[in-house]
Amino acid sequence: MRYLLIEDNVELADAVIKRLALDGHAVDHATTLADAQDCLAGATYDLILLDVMLPDGDGRDFLARNRARLETPVIVLTARSQVSDRVGALDQGADDYITKPFDFSELEARCRAVLRRRGGTARNEIALGPVSFDLLAGTLQRDGQTLELRSREIRLLELFARSPGQILSKSHLMDRLFSYDTTVTENAIEVYVGRLRRRIDQMGLRIETVRGEGYRIETGVND
Amino acid sequence: MTKSQSIGRRLTLLLAAVAAVLSVLSWAMVTVLAREATQRTQDNVLAASVTTIAETLRSEQAEVRLELPYAAFAMLGAISQDLVFYRVTANDRTLTGYDDLPSFETGRQGQVMFHTANYRSVPIRMAATTRLISVGDGQTQVTVTVAQTRDGVGAIAADLSQLAAFFSLAFFAVAVGLSAVVAATSLRPLNEIAAAVSRRGPSDLRPVQRNAPAELAPLLTALNRLMDRLRNSIRRSEDFITEAAHRIRTPLATVRAQAEIALRTVQGDTEKDRLRQIIRAVDESSRSAGQLLDHATVAYRTENLTQDRLDLSELAADTLAAMEPTASMRDIRLRLDGEQAPVIGDPILLESAIRNVLDNAIKYSAEDTTVTLHITCSDSETHLTICDEGPGFGDESFDTLTERFRRGPNTGGIVGSGLGLTIVAEVMAAHGGRIELTTSTHNERGGACVCFTLPSA
Amino acid sequence: MRLLYLAFGLILWTTSHASALDVEEHQYFPGSGARVLKILSTTDLALFAPYVRAFQDIRPDIAVDYTVVSSSELHRAIRDGAQFDLAISSAMDLQLKLANDGFALPYWSDAVEKLPDWARWRTLIFAITAESAVVVVNTDLFEGLDLPETRQDLLALLRDNPDRFAGAVGTYDVRVSGLGYLFATQDDRATDAFWRLNEVMGRLDPQLYCCSGQMIDDVDEGRLALAYNVLDSYAVGRLAADKGGRMQILEMQDFTNVMLRTVLIPATAQDIDAAGAMIDMLTTLGIRDQPGDWPLPSLSLSGPLEKSGFGPIRLGPALMVYLDPLNRRNFLTEWEDAMEQR
Repeated sequence: MRYLLIEDNVELADAVIKRLALDGHAVDHATTLADAQDCLAGATYDLILLDVMLPDGDGRDFLARNRARLETPVIVLTARSQVSDRVGALDQGADDYITKPFDFSELEARCRAVLRRRGGTARNEIALGPVSFDLLAGTLQRDGQTLELRSREIRLLELFARSPGQILSKSHLMDRLFSYDTTVTENAIEVYVGRLRRRIDQMGLRIETVRGEGYRIETGVND
Repeated sequence: MTKSQSIGRRLTLLLAAVAAVLSVLSWAMVTVLAREATQRTQDNVLAASVTTIAETLRSEQAEVRLELPYAAFAMLGAISQDLVFYRVTANDRTLTGYDDLPSFETGRQGQVMFHTANYRSVPIRMAATTRLISVGDGQTQVTVTVAQTRDGVGAIAADLSQLAAFFSLAFFAVAVGLSAVVAATSLRPLNEIAAAVSRRGPSDLRPVQRNAPAELAPLLTALNRLMDRLRNSIRRSEDFITEAAHRIRTPLATVRAQAEIALRTVQGDTEKDRLRQIIRAVDESSRSAGQLLDHATVAYRTENLTQDRLDLSELAADTLAAMEPTASMRDIRLRLDGEQAPVIGDPILLESAIRNVLDNAIKYSAEDTTVTLHITCSDSETHLTICDEGPGFGDESFDTLTERFRRGPNTGGIVGSGLGLTIVAEVMAAHGGRIELTTSTHNERGGACVCFTLPSA
Repeated sequence: MRLLYLAFGLILWTTSHASALDVEEHQYFPGSGARVLKILSTTDLALFAPYVRAFQDIRPDIAVDYTVVSSSELHRAIRDGAQFDLAISSAMDLQLKLANDGFALPYWSDAVEKLPDWARWRTLIFAITAESAVVVVNTDLFEGLDLPETRQDLLALLRDNPDRFAGAVGTYDVRVSGLGYLFATQDDRATDAFWRLNEVMGRLDPQLYCCSGQMIDDVDEGRLALAYNVLDSYAVGRLAADKGGRMQILEMQDFTNVMLRTVLIPATAQDIDAAGAMIDMLTTLGIRDQPGDWPLPSLSLSGPLEKSGFGPIRLGPALMVYLDPLNRRNFLTEWEDAMEQR
């Protein structure tokens, strides 16, 4: 997937780019609206992340200018959670907005939701052996058989899918899945993993428990 | 502030004081006039008496002759029971009467002169006239003097004075009553302005547009100027909050993003815990900033409430859609269950209210539960109820819950500033609606219900 | 020594004054205490004694010293400073003159407040009886004649029967009697028949009296056929006592003079408290409703006042008019001219 990040704060942009890169996405970065215009002229993007306050203008004006000829979905990044800003952004043609500072899990979820809604050409699939995991649709496909997953199941499975063969600790899963919520216990992780394990079993996917360390996905085919 | 008396009372007292002065003055005037009038009456009778006697003066056998007509004294007796003294002198020789009666300068012949004197240590009023009588060869100057004590005059004057005092008192009493009425009437415009201002909502800072009496115009101008300053100051602080939020949130976002990246790369548990703490702190700060900002928006918008006609269920659906990704991250289902519900109000404020409640509901709900948004409407009222399957509100009272920055007792561990309900309550108040907190009866686990009631359009 | 002389002189002076009083009757009514109420009065002792006794029933501690003099004597005595606590007189004009000239002390009480306005003057004079002037005739001597009803009738009667009435007509000697003078001057004011009546009487060799009592005696005993301007209270008393029925009281229908017997406290009074108590009793009796067993009439309007048609002689400064020396001299001259035309 190819993202265009329009954000004047370099540190934030740096972190976002790094984070998206970890998930295997390519990110172009523009610090001004002028840069962004150039980028748009030279490439096609699956998704645009647009900051509202930019040194050479308001992101929403940029949105209004390009909306007509732009097919790429846009998520507005705003520091102002103010309702009027959000409504304004949506009115100008943004697909969604997210308030700074944001949780990457939420950003991912919103991105997926937007892409799903737009039903465009963007695809984000991970192969787990014979099984194809469509992150946007939240489906598993194997031999014409389709299994729809629920939101948290998708996110949990994505964590395993992006690190095939690696052991993921319970605390790591908790951080990613529950956004550092202190009320969630490791017990909850066991419950979720157990549930996911039962769901994907029919597709021939196994999640192995590594005692004392965590969980690991097995992608090998087991008929 | 120094304590000051009520203007109404002061005005009443002032008018009453004026009435008192006027009463005393009128009483004094009537008293003086009464004394004067009775004195004149006595003078007239005395003059008649003197003239009657003088008319009997004649010369007979080279002697001045006279007789005291019965009527001369009878008329004196008719007006009062005063003592009567008289004297007739011819060339300073007393012909008859009281020899020791004081003398005084008499005027031209035939003219009656009056004089007040003391006789036998009692004040008397005297009248005298002089006639020239031809006796033999020469002329004799005969002076007739009649005097009367002044008890009767005094008594009548005192009676009149007493009557005047009574009327003055009555006048005073009426004047005091009227003063109260006048004071109340004069203060009515002031009271009306006060009532108009106090009827306003807490954030309504529009200028007071009223036809005020000229005397109140400066007050009204000053009031409006103050309101204006207040409004500007609110706007400035709102701008400040917005700016501050931006300045804080962007670095926070950076910190959070970097921390999250770092969490992925560091190995030590201690370092990971530290990073988690950082992320949680950032989340708490950003949430507080967000709600402060929302609150500023509410405060600003209620001041000039937009009166759009809108469908509450449509608004709710939009809001629900925006919240959907957040909810689904926790496998919480959002369900809208309602009919068309036209209301009049500010869509941004109403959206803000719904979003705050939903945000709360999602935050406090357990995984894999449902938050239901239910809309019903009647002719007069529209109800929007948002119920979760969470722990409910506990035993805290509504006022305590809505009080700014207070959080319910059942919120352990979840990030939130507690401003949410305050915002909702203010939005409802601005729309002439109300908010009720109940515990759901639809499922056995309880759950909190927030019910908005708005007037139907 | 000098003080002694002074005291002696004072005693002489006082005694001379007291002895100068022309006393007609005198009685001392002893009381249980030392207090003495000294009354100077024109009312006969016989008529007033019941009142004194009634007073002493209420206030037995007070002795009453009662002296009867003529009305002009009373007036002169009070003017001269004779010491009395109470002056009762039928001569209203003289009483008023005393009060006007400062010889009376003010007095006020609940009892005198109840008097009608016309029955008091200021706080000085209080009326206790209302008595009218009447004509008293001896019916024997009127044998065959119509009794006169008006002064005109009387005038005609006397004029037409000079033989029968010569020397048999009596009236007050107004030069001596204060009451007579009062009645005469009031007659003068009221009717022009008065002087013609005087002239007619003057031709009949009239008998002149100081007092009503003697006139009534003479009528009763046949020495007089007719007495003019007699106090009806005396006449009624006599009539009640008389069994013979030769005397008759005639009330003139044209008008009747009603005199008020009045009381005042002289400026020289020593026991004002006792005097006030007596005034209270007398005025209370004066406004009584029932005639009762009293020698003198009340102030009741149903009595002589009703007959007069004019009300009593008015208490007021006008009464002093006839007391003016010039006026009095003129009046007496005229009266003498009419009465003594022999």
